[in-house]
Amino acid sequence: MSATEQGAPVVEARDIGKNYGSVIALRGVSASVRAGTVTCVLGDNGAGKSTLIKILSGVHQHDAGDLHIDGQPVRLTSPRDALDRGIATVYQDLALVPLMAVWRNFFLGAEPTRGWGPFRRFDVDFARRTTRAELAAMGIDIRDPDQPIGQLSGGERQSVAIARAVYFGARVLILDEPTSALGVKQAGVVLRYIAQARDRGLAVVFITHNPHHAYPIGDRFLILKRGRSLGDFDKSELTSDELTRLMAGGAELDQLSQELGVMRPVK
Amino acid sequence: MDDKQPTVSEADPPGARGAPADDRLASVGPMRMLLGRPELGAVVGAIAVFAFFALHTDAFATARGLANLLDPTATLGIMAVVVALLMIGGEFDLSAGVMTGSAGLIVAMLSTVLGWNMWLAISAAIGVGALVGLMNGMLVIRTGLPSFIVTLSTFLMLQGLNLGVTKLVTGTVQVRGVKAASGYDSAHAVLASTVEIAGGAFRVTILWWVAAAVAATWTLLRTRAGNWILAVGGSAAAARGVGVPVARTKVALFMSVSMAAALVGSMRVVRLTSAQANAGIGEELQFIIAAVIGGCLLTGGYGSAVGAAIGALIFGMAKQGIVFAGWDSDWFQLFLGALLLLAALLNRYVRRRAEAGPR
Repeated sequence: MSATEQGAPVVEARDIGKNYGSVIALRGVSASVRAGTVTCVLGDNGAGKSTLIKILSGVHQHDAGDLHIDGQPVRLTSPRDALDRGIATVYQDLALVPLMAVWRNFFLGAEPTRGWGPFRRFDVDFARRTTRAELAAMGIDIRDPDQPIGQLSGGERQSVAIARAVYFGARVLILDEPTSALGVKQAGVVLRYIAQARDRGLAVVFITHNPHHAYPIGDRFLILKRGRSLGDFDKSELTSDELTRLMAGGAELDQLSQELGVMRPVK
Repeated sequence: MDDKQPTVSEADPPGARGAPADDRLASVGPMRMLLGRPELGAVVGAIAVFAFFALHTDAFATARGLANLLDPTATLGIMAVVVALLMIGGEFDLSAGVMTGSAGLIVAMLSTVLGWNMWLAISAAIGVGALVGLMNGMLVIRTGLPSFIVTLSTFLMLQGLNLGVTKLVTGTVQVRGVKAASGYDSAHAVLASTVEIAGGAFRVTILWWVAAAVAATWTLLRTRAGNWILAVGGSAAAARGVGVPVARTKVALFMSVSMAAALVGSMRVVRLTSAQANAGIGEELQFIIAAVIGGCLLTGGYGSAVGAAIGALIFGMAKQGIVFAGWDSDWFQLFLGALLLLAALLNRYVRRRAEAGPR
């Protein structure tokens, strides 16, 4: 599926830039994120991935270029502001409390209540039912919503965090390295849930440094290097190998493989 | 609405209650279900201690014996329940014991030296409790110092104040004559009266204890605040990340503990009609011990208010049982130490089961 068929971008960055004092963290980066697509942001450590998502999620403000949401120029003032506009970010450390039940975690900070006055209470039945149903809708079969979330595997926890963002009305889902700490199988599980979120019409921004995770799921690929964009490609414009090469910095990778190739016979 | 679950239960044991049956849940037998409950150890312990003393002494399992042992247990239980909530919220309060003494002195001095009405004096003591709790909470939140050290400082300062001010005002280390204060009779009826049942004089504080346990359990398991308490103790950073008011939750917990301590101190002064300047010192550890016996983790995020109430019951039964059995009361300390160690080990085991998954 081509990203250009998906209508107007939900979020669009035009020549975005950000300095931290004299350090130029990001310069002249443009990207557009559309509903029902996965936009992968790739880059090595220090490429500016984190800075870009911090701008998109309202943690930092850009100091050059324009940010548009639904075509309107905006400046996100806080994570709450971003959330109110439907941009949810799932960070690596997840914001889950391991000892608490899955349903308690799912609704933490946004507990549904029932009753009035002193009898206003946490609607526990609704929370249990909804958690189970929402996870099922994402294809996550939770055995028991009462079990502590620490008992779930890393991939399942990541998926619960995604399901929570979806349930609370996210239109844009920013995932910060959701697969980097996971084994191959668990990473596959998370990729499947990213696809689920995409199919439900969300615009997904998937930050990773692993092209093998990005290529199968991505519709567009934004590649960053040292704070600059190396390009914003449609999937049809790239092969998996080209993506890997681009990410690692093309010529540098050639040089590296040459060096390694030279080194081997010397041993 | 396909749910037949009760709206209120004593706890949410991991793996105990599920919606529709899942074949992978078959392995969760009744034993595993029980093991997931934080107050399991306390219930088993309470039954064992009761059975032991009921069999070994004649006076224990009688109305008089029960009334005797429930008397000190009730006030300890009120505190244990509130301290348990604070511990589940991830904090300690070492000043809670001496705060009961401060409150008693405040009530006694206001009602005797200044001639205030009892209820006014009690309200003032609870107000001071709120302030002490606010100070504890704000210091912990603002400085980031462990609550252990902050409340230890409060403990020492209150201890000094209690003695210093009492000596200044009365020239002795106690305040007497509370009985003559206006409003004493009604305060006594509400806070210290007894009800005769089958020959045993049961104190009204027992009702306060039960009410505290019910209210705390309701709060913890069935309100938003309860979810926040579990979260700030389990992972304050994660709780903050999803918008839980961490500072507000913790400060409210500190305030609840100090205000409960003021109430308990008032109960004592109404009952004894005098206040000692050294009252309450050392009791803070009893509150914490009862909460740990009841299943609270020292590291926060897990525990039970009902458990803490039962922890206080074990404490009271053992203490009184040893007296009834005619043993030296020194044996109580040995028993308590062993029980605390056992409870802490059991809690660790239950927590690991809850936390570390099968995969």
